[in-house]
Amino acid sequence: MSEVLVVIDHADGEVKKPTYELLTIARRLGEPAAVFFGSPDQGDAVAEKVKKYGAAKVYVIDDAQIKGYLVAPKAEALEQLVKQLAEKTSPAAVLLPSTFENKEVAGRLAIKLGSGLITDAVDVAEGGLTTQSVFAGNYTVQAKVTTGTPIITVKPNSAAPEEAEGAAAVEAFAATISDVAKTAQVVATQPRQSTGRPELTEAAIVVSGGRGTGGNFEPVEGFADSLGAAVGASRAAVDSGWMPHAFQVGQTGKTVSPQLYVANGISGAIQHRAGMQTSKTIVAVNKDPEAPIFELVDFGVVGDLHTVLPAATEKVKERKG
Amino acid sequence: MNIVVCVKYVPDATADRKFEDDNTVDRVGVDGLLSELDEYAVEQALQFREKREGEEITVTALTVGPEKAVDAVRKSLQMGADAGVHVVDDAIAGSDYLGTSLVLAKAIEKIKADTGADLVVCGMASTDASGSVVPAMLAERLGMPQVTLASVVESQGDQVRIKRDNEGSTEVIGATLPIVLSVTDQSGEARYPSFKGIMAAKKKPLETWSLTDLGLDADQVGLSVAYTQVEDTTARPPRTAGEIVTDEDGSGAGALVDFLASKKFI
Ligand SMILES: Cc1cc2nc3c(=O)[nH]c(=O)nc-3n(C[C@H](O)[C@H](O)[C@H](O)COP(=O)(O)OP(=O)(O)OC[C@H]3O[C@@H](n4cnc5c(N)ncnc54)[C@H](O)[C@@H]3O)c2cc1C
Ligand SMILES: Nc1ncnc2c1ncn2[C@@H]1O[C@H](COP(=O)(O)O)[C@@H](O)[C@H]1O
Repeated sequence: MSEVLVVIDHADGEVKKPTYELLTIARRLGEPAAVFFGSPDQGDAVAEKVKKYGAAKVYVIDDAQIKGYLVAPKAEALEQLVKQLAEKTSPAAVLLPSTFENKEVAGRLAIKLGSGLITDAVDVAEGGLTTQSVFAGNYTVQAKVTTGTPIITVKPNSAAPEEAEGAAAVEAFAATISDVAKTAQVVATQPRQSTGRPELTEAAIVVSGGRGTGGNFEPVEGFADSLGAAVGASRAAVDSGWMPHAFQVGQTGKTVSPQLYVANGISGAIQHRAGMQTSKTIVAVNKDPEAPIFELVDFGVVGDLHTVLPAATEKVKERKG
Repeated sequence: MNIVVCVKYVPDATADRKFEDDNTVDRVGVDGLLSELDEYAVEQALQFREKREGEEITVTALTVGPEKAVDAVRKSLQMGADAGVHVVDDAIAGSDYLGTSLVLAKAIEKIKADTGADLVVCGMASTDASGSVVPAMLAERLGMPQVTLASVVESQGDQVRIKRDNEGSTEVIGATLPIVLSVTDQSGEARYPSFKGIMAAKKKPLETWSLTDLGLDADQVGLSVAYTQVEDTTARPPRTAGEIVTDEDGSGAGALVDFLASKKFI
């Protein structure tokens, strides 16, 4: 069976959930082989994790000479790995978690390999037929790569991770990084402080606030915490400086597809919808009964978020005991 | 110095965007405009020029697209770009990322051969495809450093530094011109064309190029040779109207929590 390369999503060796989703998807296309860009010291620990989701192999690519530069070295390393594998049997596909950085890696790889690229898939079926949600979620598109090794970036929450035993044989892959790939240098990195809440794109529940919060996010955060949810924001809230950009949901922020999305004091502009329209259940609290967000909701409350949310938070806590 | 800004003509996001029978984006039947996200690219190109008083810098707006796409170039000229290039050819229709980036790269190389191209500026994403991949692909094709998704751009001499929001961190990226830069909507509001700008734009040079002008053949681009194929497009069924309650004397919170409990979220 041909290998399906899955680029591992991790933070300093901590494997993130989208990796398991991609490994699950990869099994529909061939034999999953995980690719770990990171410190070789962490290779075995990472292998233990991905083993449970069917990874037959783990290619460890030492990122010592990669992490100091933007995007190009990763694409070069993947190109070399794919070409080496192609000497035996061509890999069936390369799957990457759909982050901005990975999309750029995928774009460069597509050119290097002369392969078709599909970005932001929300599903990949047997045979490589992908599903994408486009035009702010108003259309569903099915597409296929017709030339080369399919390169597909897949959004978080695209599959429920299913366990399967894999051999997870660790294999170091030595990539040679050219000087041309080292021309955009990472001069400084400032890690963002963790909020202690679930990650926005991975969370099962997202509670967001917009201009209607008037800058007071406490009711939104309180309600989010009662539900164990991640916190999001509209661009109006971000532009006003109430929330950092990392929390923005929408066309130019994060796309989320949680089980439940709660929009508070958000009107529902097309650019905001683009980032949340595929949520399974949508709830809104807005004091304007005409707000377009109500066109999307499964349940809506016409009311002031500053009174509705604190009261709802209390009730959730009571129920949870 | 010559700055090339890549601007895309896209179907208006607030109109009813749709697909043609061959599953390509309807770029003719739906009103289009300069992608809002590329206005930020034009703005940063103009600021780059304005901050370098005394240097001779031209900003060339470049678009690849159908007849009407020239509007994206015109708007850029009205905002303050100096010259425009519109690459149009029936054979380009239906190109995917690989095809589009090839045409753009060839056009940039042609501009480079004529007047130089020290800085290529792109938007963070096109509002129709939302790929955010073309700038990286251009860097790959042109062999230029990729300095993408900038929320802040600073430069001194031939050194450029940007701030970029990554998944878990904010990074500062540095590179030496020539580079491919892309900027986000955090990089600073784009200016509106002034009346003077609109009048001046009419006299600015605007060239139209075909594939032949770029040394490309019809069988290198377009739908027929695309590396990907769209098999099906379906309009998402409208969401069935949900239940909407009005909060009176605190009833809203109770109803909300009952709903969440009925869906097993609590
Ligand atoms: C190129 C481009 C990209 C964009 N990208 C994004 C993006 O990624 N994400 C995004 O969100 N937006 C984006 N936008 C902006 C978008 O068009 C809207 O301007 C934005 O989403 C509005 O945010 P909002 O709903 O919070 O504010 P508003 O539209 O001002 O709505 C505020 C809402 O709060 C309600 N309200 C007020 N007070 C209360 C109260 N006390 N209780 C309850 N409700 C109250 C009001 O009735 C109103 O409906 C983009 C725009 C452009 C042009
Ligand atoms: N047809 C085009 N003409 C000009 N520029 C384009 C075109 N397609 C993409 N671009 C540029 O590439 C950026 C990213 O596009 P995309 O990768 O399609 O999301 C856009 O913001 C533009 O700057």
